[in-house]
Amino acid sequence: MSLTSSVPIVAGSPRDLAKRFMSVPSAVIALAVFLGFCLLGFGAPLIAPQNPYDLRQVDILDSLLPPGSQSFTGMTYWLGTDGQGRDMLSAMLYGIRISLIVGLLSGFLALIFGTMVGLVAAYRRGWVDTLLMRIVDLQLSFPTILVALILLVILGRGVDKIIFALVVVQWAYFARTVRGVALVEGAREYVDAARGLRLGGLRILLGHILPNCLPTMLVVATMQMAMAISLEATLSFLGLGLPPTRPSLGLLIANGFDYLQSGRYWISVLPGLVLLAIIISANVLGDRLRDVLNPRL
Amino acid sequence: MAEFIIKRVLQALLVLLVMTVLVFFGVNVIGNPVYIFASSECDQACLTKIIADLGLDRPVWEQYLVFLGNLLQGDLGNSFTHGIPALSLIFERLPATLELAFAALVLALVIGLPLGMRAGLKPEAFSSRCIMAFSMIGFSLPVFWIGLIMILVFSVQLGWMPSIGRGDTVEVFGTEFSFLTLNGLHHLAMPAFTLSLIMMAMVIRLTRAGMREVLFADYIKFARANGIRERRILSAHVMKNILIPIVTVLGMEFGGVIAFAVVVESIFSWPGVGKMLIDAIGVLDRPLIVAYLIFVVFMFVILNLLVDILYSILDPRVRLGDSPT
Amino acid sequence: MTAVLDVRDLDTSFVSPSGTIAALQGVSLTVNTGEILGLVGESGSGKSLTGFSINRLISPPGKVVGGQVLLHGQDVLTLGEEDMRQLRGRRIAMIFQDPMMTLNPVLRIETQMYDALSAHESITKTKARSRAIAALDEVGIPAPEDRLRSYPHQLSGGMRQRVAIAIALLHRPDLIIADEPTTALDVTIQGQILALVQRLCRDRGTALIWITHDLAVVAGIADRLAVMYAGRIVEIGGVDDVLDNPAHPYTRGLIDSVPARGTRGKRLNQIPGRMPALTDLPKGCAYAPRCPRATAACEAMPAIEPISDTRAVRCFHPLTGEAS
Repeated sequence: MSLTSSVPIVAGSPRDLAKRFMSVPSAVIALAVFLGFCLLGFGAPLIAPQNPYDLRQVDILDSLLPPGSQSFTGMTYWLGTDGQGRDMLSAMLYGIRISLIVGLLSGFLALIFGTMVGLVAAYRRGWVDTLLMRIVDLQLSFPTILVALILLVILGRGVDKIIFALVVVQWAYFARTVRGVALVEGAREYVDAARGLRLGGLRILLGHILPNCLPTMLVVATMQMAMAISLEATLSFLGLGLPPTRPSLGLLIANGFDYLQSGRYWISVLPGLVLLAIIISANVLGDRLRDVLNPRL
Repeated sequence: MAEFIIKRVLQALLVLLVMTVLVFFGVNVIGNPVYIFASSECDQACLTKIIADLGLDRPVWEQYLVFLGNLLQGDLGNSFTHGIPALSLIFERLPATLELAFAALVLALVIGLPLGMRAGLKPEAFSSRCIMAFSMIGFSLPVFWIGLIMILVFSVQLGWMPSIGRGDTVEVFGTEFSFLTLNGLHHLAMPAFTLSLIMMAMVIRLTRAGMREVLFADYIKFARANGIRERRILSAHVMKNILIPIVTVLGMEFGGVIAFAVVVESIFSWPGVGKMLIDAIGVLDRPLIVAYLIFVVFMFVILNLLVDILYSILDPRVRLGDSPT
Repeated sequence: MTAVLDVRDLDTSFVSPSGTIAALQGVSLTVNTGEILGLVGESGSGKSLTGFSINRLISPPGKVVGGQVLLHGQDVLTLGEEDMRQLRGRRIAMIFQDPMMTLNPVLRIETQMYDALSAHESITKTKARSRAIAALDEVGIPAPEDRLRSYPHQLSGGMRQRVAIAIALLHRPDLIIADEPTTALDVTIQGQILALVQRLCRDRGTALIWITHDLAVVAGIADRLAVMYAGRIVEIGGVDDVLDNPAHPYTRGLIDSVPARGTRGKRLNQIPGRMPALTDLPKGCAYAPRCPRATAACEAMPAIEPISDTRAVRCFHPLTGEAS
């Protein structure tokens, strides 16, 4: 007998859930947009006309060209070029890639760490629970941007550093949510039944309680990812996040900001629109997931 | 009441102590304190001097006590670029930031409360749906992006609004304020609105949720059954119940507003502490950076404390803390 | 005796896009000066809704769709919103079920009483204060000056209900609608509140509709009794008359299901089944599926017919003259 077979995860089969999810047009559009950007971002090295990190491919003479311009060598800059003569289309594709990597990776790491803390708190109860939740409360009482700002000021720039900062600001949400769900699930009959079968604590925790936390975690993770992408863009815009050698969407917008006043809008606005589309589609996805999975948030 | 306040003050002090420990170790263990307190042109002799000055040859806990001692005397070191104590630099810049933040707070309440009430009174109406969509956008869009678009539209394209600085200021009690001149207000409008959006979205949501809950409460029905005018019911009987969570959340978010002011100030070149921080990071003015961090944490903890006390004043159930006799 | 309130053929519905649910149908009742009418029924029978329909405080999607509510001969259903507001609290007052929820938790008693006063007359704070103190004193609240400064949570349930009653009586209304005001209270407090309301209404000639599911309470306080079932009044008449000789089988069933002295050890007679949902009413008499006397005739809706000068019943097969 499979351990999880008797566990009520959510009402309805995956197929039903998918059907319900798809019944709202905005959710389908959001999913298509988000997956589309994932494809573009992760396929960037294959589809980008230029490698924006390779200075030999970038010609300073081509700088600040409006969308649709031709380069000296006959190449078309469909979305124009930035102040260093980089092809905006390529820069944006790579920017999407780095933004998504940072958002997804930090969300995933925060999910793992936060879930562990939440499960331990719910399982051990007592002073462990109290202590962990006190830390979570303290963390959540500080605004995320403030914490991230402080951390990055101390740590400096870098992909690893911004991911660390984003994990620090996100883990507490996961910990609190998972603990809440785990406490509710832990009080249910099937857990008693599992205890009755003399299953070990860890087995109950991982085999029975954790699967029931998954829908909730999925919703929180989607929302947190949108938050992380937005926060990374903001920090990079301020020059605190990613290094200039790895321009994310936020950094591209910041680079273009200097040219905004002179009417060269495309350098800022185009990556801005992409960022917007990613954040909104992730938010809509999260909203819809919450409605469909209806976890106790 | 007194017992409650004392308890909260002690808690706040504990949090502050923990935060100074975190910042201290953040600076001294993770980063290299010599580089944080030394200017970029420091040679070997001056480095040794700084190590001695900072007492880095002493054990870590002793260093921390010295740091704490200086902190208690308000000594956070001198700014490299400005050559004056970092703390006085912060206080010099602070009014601009506070003005911006309060303007944003006022905007969030003045716009957010009526919109939220409207959305709560008639949740099915088209206008209410638009209001909720607006609040979702306000929540999810990055602040810097909104500011950017506002500059592009209102300053660059339309030329209606100035995009840089505070404009004309008036000196009151030795502090400069923008909102007292027409030109200053003109400069204040865009950054304040940009900064207010997150709070506004929050006010709308909280107000709407509160309305949905309170409007159906028995005590509102009872007030209606007593013939009390709808205007009075909404403005006093409903409002006071709704305001409690709003004040709490806004108070707690005010620290976030100060943090987001960093973003808004750098976009609109608003000369507040946030812009100062970004400039300081740009030129590696480390004492100023550390002073800012300590200051912000300080302010945030004190804000939280004030909110708790204010909350207890608004809600008699918390304030009196006694049970029915 | 003159009728303070004369409700005629009141219909109230819940209107939604998916259809209309008739919650009250053809409710007619009168209350005279100084009289106490007990309105009895199970939860969901429409007794509270009747109260809220009379002073037009049903929350949407509920809506009064037909009939008349005559207060001293004037139909309040035709009044404008402002006129209606002026009526509420001044001429028709209400007392609610749960005193813990009736008073606003964040406003002082003083503020709530002042608001209730100033809603209908321009009055100075000092005058309002003395009126409030007098009103609190009248309902038996000790040290009323101190209580004015209190918040509701500082008072016990019984005290809060007394405050609510004091507020309801501030303007000496013609009619009070009391919606199960003692249900949430301890038994001893219940008795005190009952006696208090009864005395105040008798002294002032205030008409009172006492809505409850508790026959014992009605027996103790009411002059007349109306029994509701599934949105209709099924029987109405003098309280002793109805309780001693119920004419409607449902009334009989209600009385029999109350445990009483002398029935100890005996099996309680319960009414089989449950009241149908308003969305799922049977054709004809709504009680027929549970009724031991139902026949094929009951598939039509019986009209409410007088069976004596003071009594009326909605049944094809009333229990007449077969008293227990």
